[in-house]
Amino acid sequence: MLADYFSILLFLGMALGMGVVLLLAGGILGPRRPSSEKLSPYECGFEAFEDSRMKFDVRFYLVAILFIIFDLEIAFLFPWAVALDAVGVTGLVAMGVFLLILVIGFIYEWKKGALEWE
Amino acid sequence: MMDQLLTLLWTMAKILMIILPVTIGVAYYTYFERKVLGYMHARRGPNRIGPLGLLQPFADVFKMLFKELIVPTNASKFLFLLAPLLSLGPALAAWAVVPFDDWLVLADIDAGLLMILALTSMGVYGILLGGWASNSKYALLGGLRAAAQTVSYEIAMGFALVGVIVLAGTLNLTAIVEAQSGNIFTWYWLPLLPLFVIYFVSGVAETNRAPFDVAEGESEIVAGFHVEYSGAGFAVFFLAEYANMILISALASLLFMGGWLSPFAGIPVLGDTILGEGGVHWFLLKTVVFCFLFLWFRATFPRYRYDQIMRLGWKVFIPITIVWIMVAGVFRVMGWFGG
Repeated sequence: MLADYFSILLFLGMALGMGVVLLLAGGILGPRRPSSEKLSPYECGFEAFEDSRMKFDVRFYLVAILFIIFDLEIAFLFPWAVALDAVGVTGLVAMGVFLLILVIGFIYEWKKGALEWE
Repeated sequence: MMDQLLTLLWTMAKILMIILPVTIGVAYYTYFERKVLGYMHARRGPNRIGPLGLLQPFADVFKMLFKELIVPTNASKFLFLLAPLLSLGPALAAWAVVPFDDWLVLADIDAGLLMILALTSMGVYGILLGGWASNSKYALLGGLRAAAQTVSYEIAMGFALVGVIVLAGTLNLTAIVEAQSGNIFTWYWLPLLPLFVIYFVSGVAETNRAPFDVAEGESEIVAGFHVEYSGAGFAVFFLAEYANMILISALASLLFMGGWLSPFAGIPVLGDTILGEGGVHWFLLKTVVFCFLFLWFRATFPRYRYDQIMRLGWKVFIPITIVWIMVAGVFRVMGWFGG
């Protein structure tokens, strides 16, 4: 049991190791002739106008927040789905009510325009 | 002590036996992609290096390794180099729980599907970090787009997976495939048809492939989050992307298409032949078919606009999946499928 999880950890380690080896090989085998133009950020041939740590659209935050809510629902649905045989019709109805509440919130955010990207 | 060391070495050998074929699979997937796109455009695709161009992927790998690994002056160096690793690690490690046949799996854990969902979710960190650490506008925009798109479709994908678990009653991937045994009509693509379609389309969106490739959008933000990566850094991102595509294909065949089960099972004439028996060959064949679909989509569909992508994910897929989870629940409780 624990050995199985250890092999996954080992797998992750070896996959990362493979990436490190590739990057190191690239660093060793490739040439290194830096110049200030080459090392400047890419901007279609212009000098970079300003720093790229700039303001960006707040909707990306909104999507991230909505994602957290819905991902939690998924984490909540997983054990229910596994145990559906045990909880039977009662469990199905209970989850139906729960999803209904979720859907009400979903409709609210839809009507509020949180999902619009014009 | 000696025993433990041997077990460790044996596990590492088994892991290598998964990593190497997956890597070679990625190499030939790029070749396959260029050939398929070539013939769909009525041209030949790569055919110069080796017979039929079969050595092309290796030439590409070595070319990339011998190119300069540029780290821009403004970039956050450590994070810049960490990002490709963060996207490669999970993309490969998810293969640890993928069963290739009913006995052929590295880690046969009960929470297999949960582990896959957890690992594939990590991939978004690599993309976001790569885009941010580059300190370039195109990279930042591409990273943000890719991250928002990936997390949006992950919801639809997660809901689709819940449907599979409802019918199978387990998270163990081997058991999920076993639960589908019977014939081609007992596989889950039929009772879960909407979820199957949504799962695969979400998979295409999740890996930022055409027609959902606004994160790369070469005509507007040139290459998105990996615009500043060259040589080996780019190669690692590339490897991760294609490993993810193969993983999505493999999962689609495991969860909805009966994995290693034979579509002709139960036909008496074929009984014991290779066609009637389940086996690794069926799993690989199904995976290759899904891999081919990725390429077919790319050659066929024009790119979606970003607002269309987000609308499809949030306003179409999520409502359908929520409804179909309840339908699947009714199937299960009534004992119509997999009871």
